[in-house]
Amino acid sequence: MTNLDQTPLLSVEALNKSFGRQMACRDVSFELWPGEVLGIVGESGSGKSTLLNAIAGRLAVDSGKVLYRTGSNDIIDLASASEAQRRHLMRTEWGFVQQHARDGLRMTFSAGANIGERLMALGDKHYGTLRDTALDWLQAVEIAPERIDDLPRTFSGGMQQRLQIARNLVTRPRIVLMDEPTGGLDVSVQARLLDLIRRLVQEHNVACIVVTHDLGVARLLAHRLMVMRRGQVVEAGLTDQLLDDPQHAYTQLLVSSVLSV
Amino acid sequence: MDMIRVENLDKTFTLHLRGGIALPVLRNTGFSVDAGECVTLHGPSGAGKSTLLRSIYGNYRPQAGRILICHDGEMVDIVHAQPRVVLEIRKRTLGYVTQFLRVIPRVPTLDIVAEPLLARGAGLQASRARAAELLTRLQIAEKMWDLPPATFSGGEQQRINIARGFCADYPILLLDEPTASLDEANRKIVINLIDDARQRGTAIVAIVHDADTRAAITTRLLPLPSHGVAA
Repeated sequence: MTNLDQTPLLSVEALNKSFGRQMACRDVSFELWPGEVLGIVGESGSGKSTLLNAIAGRLAVDSGKVLYRTGSNDIIDLASASEAQRRHLMRTEWGFVQQHARDGLRMTFSAGANIGERLMALGDKHYGTLRDTALDWLQAVEIAPERIDDLPRTFSGGMQQRLQIARNLVTRPRIVLMDEPTGGLDVSVQARLLDLIRRLVQEHNVACIVVTHDLGVARLLAHRLMVMRRGQVVEAGLTDQLLDDPQHAYTQLLVSSVLSV
Repeated sequence: MDMIRVENLDKTFTLHLRGGIALPVLRNTGFSVDAGECVTLHGPSGAGKSTLLRSIYGNYRPQAGRILICHDGEMVDIVHAQPRVVLEIRKRTLGYVTQFLRVIPRVPTLDIVAEPLLARGAGLQASRARAAELLTRLQIAEKMWDLPPATFSGGEQQRINIARGFCADYPILLLDEPTASLDEANRKIVINLIDDARQRGTAIVAIVHDADTRAAITTRLLPLPSHGVAA
């Protein structure tokens, strides 16, 4: 296996998180490799989003490690990293795409400023380059360049979601976490967004963790899946293995509950 | 040289939603396939032909046994390989053609066919050129190349799927009813395509119901009784 990386980008070890007596994540462990898209599936309340937020350091975990290999090849445990260190990573090497674009966008900033914000936070102050970069990214996510000075609230839901993706990818992150990225969108808009995500992820070789309850989305985007139920990973494997030959009773139930995936 | 070696394979489906019924499909199945061979699986419906093919592709997970795939000159057990290794094997060694095209919304025909070659790093220009060559050979009119194939006929979709499967010149090809919904002329074209690949040294495992096609492509027939092949 000559050209495969030898160390994972992210290594989650025995992560636990509870809310009171409710275990939201129980002993979750997995690895994520460069350029890999990992889907987390399961019904509402299974702990998918909690896991995503815990990985991103948005939620304090009870125990466990989230070991991230940085661009400069240092291993950082995000579960115990300083707030400043974590915030820097979240603005540079990580991205987070929220289910509701308005939670991930600055609704009072123009589209162009939304894309430029992360670059400015990194010290890029040149108006001309920022604007050119914003124009490039609008094009990459199929938004007309003349909308650059418009506020996101004048955009459709699908456009807002695409803008949020551009805003995240502009710093060329190595990992992007996505929480139900196509949730709440029309089916036709979903297809376009999925195709776009699939293409951008491939082009930029970015590793992703995508939380979704939609097995069709998982089939199209993810290389590998983890099935969660009541905070635990009940089954994991290649996407097509899990969907075509599910072994666990709960995975069989999930797969048999959809019309066609 | 063995390209595929299946050893003592057991595959049982356990249906948890049906009270845990166990359906044994393959039991102690074993055989190997050499470079330049076309082995056709033969047996009644339900004998496990597709299950065996899908297991070789790493799509189904057998309970016991090994499936060794010659990848980069090394025999790798696809049953127990890490997911990313399975994907790497599929990318460079193992092609799989089914009857049905899994359409990706919005992606045009030419790019669907070119994708496996592109994924291997062949470059856009070269990949599209090879895709165009195969689509031409399979008589898909050029005016359709820019369209996503979702609305094409069954036979057209199947030919696009075949073009996609042959695009990357995989050392191993798994074919599940590649000619099922094709007319006589197109069936001949596909038979030639399969034969050309085999003569270049591709190891092929096929499932073909049509007796004429089977006779035309097969170099060795592998009978699968209702409980698989005894080793």
